[in-house]
Amino acid sequence: MTEKHDIVIVGGGPAGLAAAVAAYDAGVTDVVIIDREEAPGGVLRQCIHNGFGLHKLGRELTGPEYAAVYAAEAVKRGIRILRETMVTAVSPDREVTACSREGILKIEAGAVILAMGCRERSRGALNIGGTRPAGIFSAGTAQRLINCEGYMVGKKAVILGSGDIGLIMARRLTLEGAKVEAVCELMSYSGGLTRNIVQCLEDFDIPLYLSTTVKEIHGRDRLTGVTVVAVDESRRPVPGTERYIECDTLLLSCGLIPENELSLAAGIPLDTITGGALVDERRETEIPGIFACGNVLQVHDLVDYVSDEAELAGRSAAAFVRGEISQEKTVTVSAEKGIRYCLPQRVHTDAGKTELYMRVAAPAERVKIVARDGERVLLEANRRRVAPGEMEKITLTPEMISGAEEIRVSLEAWK
Amino acid sequence: MKKELVCIVCPMGCRIRVDGIGDALTVTGQTCRRGEEYAIAECTAPTRTVTSTLHLEDGRSVAVKTAAPIPKEKIFELMAIIRAATAKAPVRIGQVLIPGIFGTDIVATAAVD
Amino acid sequence: MVYDVAIIGAGIIGAMTARELSRYRLKVCLLERTNDVAAGASRANSGIVHGGYDPEPGTLKAEMNILGVEKLFRAAEELHVPCIRNGSMICAFGAAEEPAVHALYERGLVNGVKDLRILTGDEARELEPELSGEVSLVLHVPTAGIVCPYKLTIAAAGNAIDNGIDFYRNFAVCGAEKTDEAFCLRAESGETVEARYVVNCAGAYSDRVAALFGDGDFSIIPRAGEYLLLDKAEGGRVAHTIFQVPSAAGKGILVSPTVDGNLLTGPTAAAVESPENTEITPEGVETVKALSARSVPGVQFARVITSFSGVRASEKGGDFIIRTSERVPGLVHAAAIDSPGLTSCVAIAERVTELLSGAGLVLEPKAHWDGTRPDTEAFRHMNDEEKDAFIRENPDYGRIVCRCEGISEGEIRDAVRRAPGARDVDSVKRRTRAGMGRCQGGFCMPHVMRIIAEELGIPEEQVTKKGPGSHILTGRL
Repeated sequence: MTEKHDIVIVGGGPAGLAAAVAAYDAGVTDVVIIDREEAPGGVLRQCIHNGFGLHKLGRELTGPEYAAVYAAEAVKRGIRILRETMVTAVSPDREVTACSREGILKIEAGAVILAMGCRERSRGALNIGGTRPAGIFSAGTAQRLINCEGYMVGKKAVILGSGDIGLIMARRLTLEGAKVEAVCELMSYSGGLTRNIVQCLEDFDIPLYLSTTVKEIHGRDRLTGVTVVAVDESRRPVPGTERYIECDTLLLSCGLIPENELSLAAGIPLDTITGGALVDERRETEIPGIFACGNVLQVHDLVDYVSDEAELAGRSAAAFVRGEISQEKTVTVSAEKGIRYCLPQRVHTDAGKTELYMRVAAPAERVKIVARDGERVLLEANRRRVAPGEMEKITLTPEMISGAEEIRVSLEAWK
Repeated sequence: MKKELVCIVCPMGCRIRVDGIGDALTVTGQTCRRGEEYAIAECTAPTRTVTSTLHLEDGRSVAVKTAAPIPKEKIFELMAIIRAATAKAPVRIGQVLIPGIFGTDIVATAAVD
Repeated sequence: MVYDVAIIGAGIIGAMTARELSRYRLKVCLLERTNDVAAGASRANSGIVHGGYDPEPGTLKAEMNILGVEKLFRAAEELHVPCIRNGSMICAFGAAEEPAVHALYERGLVNGVKDLRILTGDEARELEPELSGEVSLVLHVPTAGIVCPYKLTIAAAGNAIDNGIDFYRNFAVCGAEKTDEAFCLRAESGETVEARYVVNCAGAYSDRVAALFGDGDFSIIPRAGEYLLLDKAEGGRVAHTIFQVPSAAGKGILVSPTVDGNLLTGPTAAAVESPENTEITPEGVETVKALSARSVPGVQFARVITSFSGVRASEKGGDFIIRTSERVPGLVHAAAIDSPGLTSCVAIAERVTELLSGAGLVLEPKAHWDGTRPDTEAFRHMNDEEKDAFIRENPDYGRIVCRCEGISEGEIRDAVRRAPGARDVDSVKRRTRAGMGRCQGGFCMPHVMRIIAEELGIPEEQVTKKGPGSHILTGRL
């Protein structure tokens, strides 16, 4: 069966929903969202904690509530959402193949928006030594089992990784009666938001061990304990600092990886740092008519920014469908010292006001983000405190961009 | 008293310092009024919004939260009440499932058909 | 009921022996100590069909390997298990190692290996461009291949079960008594079975099993081998299985594509105290990385998706032990089956059957024996039109559960239903690859647990990772 639609959105999480609504409001009403789960909302459905929406909606919501706001907007507009349907291929000429209980569906799309989200780094990718017992979960899997399926995953837990999901799960396990013995963080700083360190760990006296990792896993059938070890500046274990912690559960919260298998198969070039597509200021990938937004493009810490990015992608896809394509050249945007990556990676010289999103390489205080064109300073933005866990953004004006040859962004001391 | 804390009202993470005794507290380091309110509340009567899930009679569960923050020291007491309770589907977002505990209600944060 | 034959151990040797015996009008049981077949070395090994250049001429290993290669390819075809003749290359790095290539070539000729060739480094790099520039001489073995060892074990056991043999899980034999005309085998659970003949295929435990019968004249040395499995993005790095000549730097570290399209590197070889010792060590991981990079420098280890370790059962004599017990009539050992055991498995199963016959077991062929097994991966290999038609008849195949490997609910249900049915999450993984991809089950595990629970009619809390004791959930909220 082959259908034709103006815009096909792969993924019905916060990015896909916001992109669909924005595309519709930009005048392209033939929008289809394809989602693999039984209901839209993506990972927000299992993020039952609060803290979503302060920037975007001006009130503090839980994940399911935030998702429901956007799902309701999509429903109000009559946007079609295909549920329990998995996109298996996207071709460079925008033919989308999907699979569901009804069969294989093919859609010729005017534009495609990739919004597949991300996945968690697994134990295998971390190369932790020891045995392979039950009781080791990625934090998000445990979150789903507890919050969506109603099961408890353990009684005594250690959490490796102090990203937000790890912190949130430390609190969740504690509230459900488990004892969280420790949260270990490989780096010398936490990758999570401060509010989560305060409300998820300090509130419950859960210790956070920085510069510490899990070296070995013990237990044959079910986990019986882990050996943790301190690491030096180059993240190598320091001999003699090993410590055994008895536990039946290990949660891994060691980073998120944009899920770009479809993009790779479509031949879309990716950024080696973000793990997402290389995009321009409209979130168009290097394949015309295919856009990307949300965690499949770059891993965000706030869903509010996901929604912003998705709305931009949605409007851009609508413009593409209407044939409004920039004929101007693009200039590259590159991250330099102190900045790990900067997105978008290229901008058209006729771009309007453009926000550059970035992550710093390490925590720092009293710094400035500097955007330059060659040696010419375009913009300086002071920051009292920056951390890799918190995305930064600066805004370039059309005047800054129009004459530029090459935009470089760096982090410098605040003088 | 003298207390240093990191503000959690927004992702800015301002480092706030609270000095003083009783009602005469001085707050420094914040960049907004909500930060000041948070700091005083943290030092006098800390509160938290609690989120969890509540059992439904049919074996499923629904995500819930306290409609307003409750005293921090009541968190586990609240969890015990939530765990002992059940609700009946269908549930809509915002529906009060357990009224009147610690001055607020337990409301559904997701819909269940 | 008294069985004619009890086979102890459902690794590749036990499973293949069960399949071989299922040809005859016999009552046979296959006893396995764990929750699934292929629990030991058959789960975690290199998956190589060896050409036969390596074993010392005159040994059982040489005989079984040469006999076994073509028999294995045939059995794999009948069982619909992917087995690819990709050829292997044994590499020398510089003049000092080159004599070893010539010696292996000569040994291969004596053993009767066909089509062996010696290639210069440059000739080899023309076939295999990613091969290190340091490689100076190569033994090319075109008859060698790759197979997935646990899929072959599952298929062989499944085919044996389909042909009437009985499979007992969680039956850890801890006692053996001779009664009139039969052995009574007792499991740790207290369960017993009786059988007139017993085949000991207990892998790393085969010396302990022999001792239960009062036959203690060999002892197994467990040796652990650690492997790294890489993402399919690395799977095309090499086409051949790349070995190094045995040297001080390392013995047998290989870089090989797998039949599923991943890249496999390893193994290390470390003597371990217990067959249970399948731990991953940081040292082992580093050794595998360093030595495999010597052969194929371009391997991107950032793309490791999992590491695993398998314990091989060796014996100090170095050869297979395939013989009738001298002390215990009716007991046949197929023990110390380390490399090239996988290659030899069909030949060994046939040899065991001959030994049983020699010991008095009457082999009367069944009228309707079917040595084929339906292709469990048929759905995965369909094109979109075929899949569409199939899903319309069987909607469960349209619901993708494992997004990394594209595995559907229908395939997972099949894995539980089709003998030997999966009873836990890891068993589903080995049958379907659900959970074997990049996310390692992060997304699909809750779904897989639900499907297993539904199929077995048990609460989800009782679903385990790998059998008793390995529960995943600790209860309902």
